[in-house]
Amino acid sequence: MFRGASLGFALSILGIVLGLIAALAWNSRLALGKFGWRFLWGTTWDPVAEIFGALPFIYGTLVTSAIGLLIAVPLGLGTAIFLAELAAPRVSEFIGFLVELLAAIPSVIYGLVGVFVVVPWVRTVIGPGLSGAFGWLPLFQGTPYGVGLLTAGMILAAMVVPFITTVSREVLLAVPRAQREAALALGATHWEVVWTSILPYARSGIVGSIFLALARALGETMAVTMVVGNRPEIKASLLEPGYTMAAVLANEFTEATSDLYLHALVEIGLVLFGITFLVNGAARLMLLRMGRVQEVRA
Amino acid sequence: MTWNRRTMNAAAFGLTALCAAITVSVLFFLLGYIAWHGFRGVNLDFFTHLPTPVGEAGGGMANAIVGTGKLLGLASLIGIPIGFFGGVYLSEFGHNRLGFWVRYAADLLNGVPSIVMGIFAYTIIVLPMKQFSTLAGGAALGVMMIPIAVRSTEEFLRLVPASVREASLALGAHEWKTILFIVVPAAFRGLLTGILLDLARVAGETAPLLFTAFNNRIWSHGWLEPTASLPVMIFTYAISPYEDWHRQAWAAALVLMLLVLLVNGGARLLLPRRRAAA
Repeated sequence: MFRGASLGFALSILGIVLGLIAALAWNSRLALGKFGWRFLWGTTWDPVAEIFGALPFIYGTLVTSAIGLLIAVPLGLGTAIFLAELAAPRVSEFIGFLVELLAAIPSVIYGLVGVFVVVPWVRTVIGPGLSGAFGWLPLFQGTPYGVGLLTAGMILAAMVVPFITTVSREVLLAVPRAQREAALALGATHWEVVWTSILPYARSGIVGSIFLALARALGETMAVTMVVGNRPEIKASLLEPGYTMAAVLANEFTEATSDLYLHALVEIGLVLFGITFLVNGAARLMLLRMGRVQEVRA
Repeated sequence: MTWNRRTMNAAAFGLTALCAAITVSVLFFLLGYIAWHGFRGVNLDFFTHLPTPVGEAGGGMANAIVGTGKLLGLASLIGIPIGFFGGVYLSEFGHNRLGFWVRYAADLLNGVPSIVMGIFAYTIIVLPMKQFSTLAGGAALGVMMIPIAVRSTEEFLRLVPASVREASLALGAHEWKTILFIVVPAAFRGLLTGILLDLARVAGETAPLLFTAFNNRIWSHGWLEPTASLPVMIFTYAISPYEDWHRQAWAAALVLMLLVLLVNGGARLLLPRRRAAA
């Protein structure tokens, strides 16, 4: 009886996942049928003419996440090494706690601070600075509006650092003592131990943590919607406004006036689901190789 | 040891310390900035009055606060039973193929972007009923609660030693009595921590509410009307062009952040030794 009831609840979880996939596929059928694979590389998003191509959103999602990781990986990994190697256990616990609080702050609050602090900062300081120093690169040309791919990436970085730090710290602490002692016995400095012996051993776990962070960044909605500029164009410059998959859903879903429009938006959701599914799967695989998957429910 | 290697050692660890300092200062900057701007907007009216029309000063977010409460209540009603009993199944009976798949489904669900969860609730509740509602928003948040509830329940029940179960069974207690009255109470603090962390996480979710609970300038009656919520209010007010609304957005952000951090921090304090975080 009891076993049956708890089995029922467990099965309902499977049911929800299947229902989720079915609902996404069924409610995007018009767009799937009409555009096929072209949906993925079409660059025109014109609800009035009912032409829907998702490439600008896919591009924006990938670029903002890449910028986010470019900042978050060194920062998060550095923090993790500090916590695992240098800080006293109590300090490490306490800072670890603070880092996890960073992950607990709602994304709309990151967006709020993004709109009123980071956007003006990029417009007046970072943007002109980058244009001045690297203006010969197409990446940093154009007028900095403040909102744009770079701003979104910077905020994503702050949001995903906790995932990298928390998981990497656990992974680093799980490296066997013998691994460390072997390097020490050869006369390595503390840093050489970390660099030559501990990091390589923990590599797949660290890569797993980065994939987890990537999945988070790809699906992040509110903070990005508020600062990315919401313009469905593909521009070389990171200072230009862009758009992401999650952001277009947040902005246009309630405005979808026709069935095809709605189905096109749901298909974007389906694509987003597919991408995060693959990235999360990769993360799990990496962490399983470290035998630490139990620790990770990020 | 050469001077070079020693310098390298110091420089490298100095850099890691700098990373930690930057990460922690981002947190303190966020907390401080929101507290600073939020305090100017928080007053009694904020908690007791409805939003005022543009241009009219004053007003509050009473409806959004109640709306968030209702949404969280409904989400708990959906997410906690499924998560709890699903976790019980995994921990007590789930050492088989089916258990593997349920675990896999829960992890998959955990990785689904929150906005996609909103689409899911939209297609199965808002579309058929043809209206935005508290029900749809609560359902979206409830589904989001399931994966963490499942995995934390399983994890904490597994920490209860097998000998405890065997002692109870040996005294002739039924399997269900053993689990509900012996195993679950032994893991109670852990289970509560898991649930609270779960609640704190969905309390700040905005994306799944945008097109399920939608928003409302007035009170929402019952469960079938669109409702305001704190996160969606922050979003709406932040991207508006009005100075007055910005001030309210900061106030709402402060209230929401305090709520989330208190529940989150409190949950962690319940446990003597922190387990892996949700």
